Amino acid sequence: MALKRKIRELQERREKVLKGGGDKAIEKQISMGKLTARERIIFLLDDDSFNEYDLFVEHEARDFDMDKKVLHGDGVVIGTGTIYGAPICIFAQDFTVAGGSLGLMHSRKITKIMDHALKMRMPLIGINDSGGARIQEGVNSLAGYGEIFFRNTLSSGVIPQISVILGPCAGGAVYSPALTDFVFVVDKISKMFITGPEVIKTVLGEEISMEDLGGAKVHSEITGNAHFYAESEVQCFEQIKELITYIPWNNSRKARAFKPNDPKKEYKIDNIVPDNPKQPYDVRNVIKAITDNSVFFEIQERWASNIIIGFGRMEGQTIGFVANQPLVLAGVLDVDSSDKAARFIRYCDAFNIPIVTFVDLPGYMPGADQEHAGVIRHGAKLLYAYSEATVPKLTVILRKAYGGGYIAMNSRHLRADFVFAWPGAEIAVMGPEGAANIIFRREIMGSDDPEKVRKQKVKEYKDKFANPYVAASKGYIDSVIEPQETRKILLHAIEVSQNKSSSGPKKKHGIPPF
Amino acid sequence: MKKWKNKEIESKSKFKTLNIDGTCYKTNLTSKFENRKKYTVPDAKKVISIIPGTIVKVFVKKGQKVKRGDNILILEAMKMQNRIKSPRPGVIKSLKVKEGEKIAKGILMIELE
Repeated sequence: MALKRKIRELQERREKVLKGGGDKAIEKQISMGKLTARERIIFLLDDDSFNEYDLFVEHEARDFDMDKKVLHGDGVVIGTGTIYGAPICIFAQDFTVAGGSLGLMHSRKITKIMDHALKMRMPLIGINDSGGARIQEGVNSLAGYGEIFFRNTLSSGVIPQISVILGPCAGGAVYSPALTDFVFVVDKISKMFITGPEVIKTVLGEEISMEDLGGAKVHSEITGNAHFYAESEVQCFEQIKELITYIPWNNSRKARAFKPNDPKKEYKIDNIVPDNPKQPYDVRNVIKAITDNSVFFEIQERWASNIIIGFGRMEGQTIGFVANQPLVLAGVLDVDSSDKAARFIRYCDAFNIPIVTFVDLPGYMPGADQEHAGVIRHGAKLLYAYSEATVPKLTVILRKAYGGGYIAMNSRHLRADFVFAWPGAEIAVMGPEGAANIIFRREIMGSDDPEKVRKQKVKEYKDKFANPYVAASKGYIDSVIEPQETRKILLHAIEVSQNKSSSGPKKKHGIPPF
Repeated sequence: MKKWKNKEIESKSKFKTLNIDGTCYKTNLTSKFENRKKYTVPDAKKVISIIPGTIVKVFVKKGQKVKRGDNILILEAMKMQNRIKSPRPGVIKSLKVKEGEKIAKGILMIELE
């Protein structure tokens, strides 16, 4: 009998705490178009897989009448569960409890689940929906953030870390997502900034809405802070679940293998790339022409779209794809695209995902704005990332590979394992027009009809150098292949790269240009 | 077959031209690229704010002669009173700000002659 009474007491206690901030606060959360913290977790995880911990944690703050306040679960929900069977550690800030503000115990719950994720080598998902530091708890709140940032850094490259921004995430709080691998945002719900509109108005007199300052569109199109953009929370959860299928549980494993499938027939690889190197096309069609079911899971689709990054599968295995996109800015490398690709390459390298690179670029973006924005430093990130990566690295030169761009895009010289080129590939120090203008300047200028001579010299240069065979004759390219052989040859290259061993000199860590 | 396809792309789209090393490529441009700032040579006679803040004190008047390094105004920003000094000797041609005014970054504060 006594046990029954105690069980009832437990049930009553649970019921009370599970209400979070109470009916009124929940109603307000719903009116903002948001789900509650526990609803979000349940949507995201496999059915009945969620187990919550630290339900009865209470804060210890005494100042500013905080001792009279009860904050259920201290404004955060933590637990474990599964996504398509993969074990997951998760925390979700509960905006209905004191605005999801972060106090000492709140942060201890988060760091507890983070420690667990690292110890058990399983992915961590954090759902952020918080007004920021709990001001009443003073420096304890700051300590809490610091402890979280430290753990994000410690776990980086060991377990996948995913941040989901489903509400405000302001001030120091933004740095936890920034330290994680992937950031998900939802239109009209996500807000991220260091200083909010109020402060900007007081200090500068500038008026800007939260949405225009740090909304979902801003971070997925302008800043590059977000990796995935969704129209609704439910769509966002679908994206997260899909991502989980492409990545391994930790850095000592490989991503799960799926049932192999052929690409769809409508992607005819022979017809995608135009002959004329000045003509644009969508390089994503080349990727889809070689992936299983022609599925390509793109990352940072809306930012720096002159380079394409994302996952696909070949024969059921996850592959990381990097490709210049001639459709946008002619596929040039610039500050943002170098940064975008470099980080992705390091991700693939950390988590044992082979990298396939498709090359078709005219070089680097010219301009004072690029030079002053540090295109040297940012461009160097790409060289660093490719050189450093020890996973299988395969390159296919589709068309143009000019100058520094040729070197940067996983060339043999940066230790690509295999470099292939299509017959239309042009590997040269620069485009024929530019090269002819420099090499034959005297002849062109000294002639009676400079335009005619120029055209003639451009053709001369093109005939001689605008092909893959000069590079192939030096062994910089392993094989010139027909487009329709691409999938088969890449699969073979991956197969024979499985036991790749590569060890550089011993060091604590390198000094990448970030 | 292929040629026909290329013509198709050309006629249907509104691609712009981007010149890289003397070759003009047809492509889409990004809004960031289209809105990029053109570089202008900095003018040593113009004193520009390098941080947003409030003008709390102006030490000079129009027509006043200044030496290089003379205090010309105080710009309070991030809780710090920054003394803005004259970058060169000259005469104050115009004062574009007054005491108490809040200004953004990159604003012309004073012009020298």
